[in-house]
Amino acid sequence: MAASGLSLGDPGPERRAALRVTPAVPVTGEIRRLGRSTWHFPRRPRFLAVGTVAGPFEGRGPLGSLFDTVTRDELLGKKSWEQAESELALQAFSRALSKARLTPQDLDILLAGDLLNQLGASVFFARDQDLPFLGLFGACSTWAEGLALAGALLDGGYAQRVAVVTSSHHHSAERQFRYPTEFAVQRPPTATWTATGAGAAILEEGDSGSGGPAPAVVLTHATVGRVVDTGLKDPYDLGSAMAPAAADCLETHFRETGRSPLDYDLVATGDLGEVGSPLLQDLLLARGINLAPVHQDCGLLLYRQDQDVHAGGSGCACSALVFSARFYPELLGGKMKRMLIVATGALFSQTSYLQGESIPCIAYAVALERV
Amino acid sequence: MPRWPSSDLKNYQALQKKRIPARPWGRNALWAFLVGGAIALIGEAVRQLLLFLGVGPLLALNLTAAILVFLGGLLTGFGIYDEVGRVGGMGAALPITGFANAIVSPAMEFKREGWVMGVGARMFSIAGPVVVYGLLTSMAVGVVHYVLFYPR
Repeated sequence: MAASGLSLGDPGPERRAALRVTPAVPVTGEIRRLGRSTWHFPRRPRFLAVGTVAGPFEGRGPLGSLFDTVTRDELLGKKSWEQAESELALQAFSRALSKARLTPQDLDILLAGDLLNQLGASVFFARDQDLPFLGLFGACSTWAEGLALAGALLDGGYAQRVAVVTSSHHHSAERQFRYPTEFAVQRPPTATWTATGAGAAILEEGDSGSGGPAPAVVLTHATVGRVVDTGLKDPYDLGSAMAPAAADCLETHFRETGRSPLDYDLVATGDLGEVGSPLLQDLLLARGINLAPVHQDCGLLLYRQDQDVHAGGSGCACSALVFSARFYPELLGGKMKRMLIVATGALFSQTSYLQGESIPCIAYAVALERV
Repeated sequence: MPRWPSSDLKNYQALQKKRIPARPWGRNALWAFLVGGAIALIGEAVRQLLLFLGVGPLLALNLTAAILVFLGGLLTGFGIYDEVGRVGGMGAALPITGFANAIVSPAMEFKREGWVMGVGARMFSIAGPVVVYGLLTSMAVGVVHYVLFYPR
């Protein structure tokens, strides 16, 4: 038996037994832990609103008309890319709040994260919010990480209303992880494009009092992934590095919930892109899970083919934008009943890369339902 | 274990090979030739113009380099040269205009951190290694040249 449990050949008798579909765990009552990694939210925390702000390049993509705001330029009148990214996060947060007809005083806690060192975009917008704050780093998986934690806080009674905000900016990420923005460099076809934008969600505790008006989108489960490191080192091919983390998280999710891909109308990965998406399907298929019929990747939906972003979109904003602008309305409108977001993150830095380290990756899965 | 043993990585890389899009070597090489060639052509046109204006051959050569460095810097400032590089690849990086881009682009990027710790400290963050190892190589070549051709 391969130690990683992710080998592509025969998983061995022990592993095969573990993979066998288990009878569905009852999801009623107050059971909150399904297995070691999956949280169940019996009180069904619900979304009040989502807000999106996208950069001009993202605005020219196929989802352009679905975003709340498309900014005119990439600096937003600020002095630096970092300040601009912070402004994106602020605008998405304000937009979601105003759609929910709330003010920051109505919230109990703010969960926010981004790609910058020391969460540069999140903390500099949080300093003006007068709210308890938890900063999250999960690289591009932050959106799902935030939703999972929001679900736990709301379901556990630690908060009544929570905001989740994530942002990324193409230029602040380029500058931090790669080269100066005006440096003439040719990107390989496996490279993804860090999206400029921010997404915000306001969530409320579920079955409190009236239970709130229907229809609503609720959180039902979250699966917390493990850090998976394949040994791959290419920072221009993060899809390949992240796909195994997604596969690990998904396999755990299906095993611990007793569900299969077909229990979902959609399983949306964050930013595996053109390379990572088929690899994820390959990895899962090798373990008897056929994801292809319900799988879509947010990174492949954010840009048009002729925008020349190579393997697709990425960044904390990618899954936040695509979920909030496209999937959330589809869920709320009844086009879908149940979906799973699996956002992945590559947890490397320029320092770790230059020192020859491989790229550790993470994935978080969050199950959502329309009620 | 979440950290893969190398045997798993090997299996995965075999799978990966099938899914990674091929690098468009031919197209890249053609564009590099065209872009690099065009830059060289502009350089030659500038040199011929200077010669025509009566500038001496050695000065014309140095002036041409200076003018191309200026153009590379200017196009970087206008946000055009990174697009040239995206298409042209090495054809845009190798000429002296690419060297100008390698210095001007970090200078622009890090100006926000001030003139000393930003521009001053970071300006050579890309071109620095080229300068360091270029000098080192020329020193080595110089020593070899001295030993071979200047016998006492």
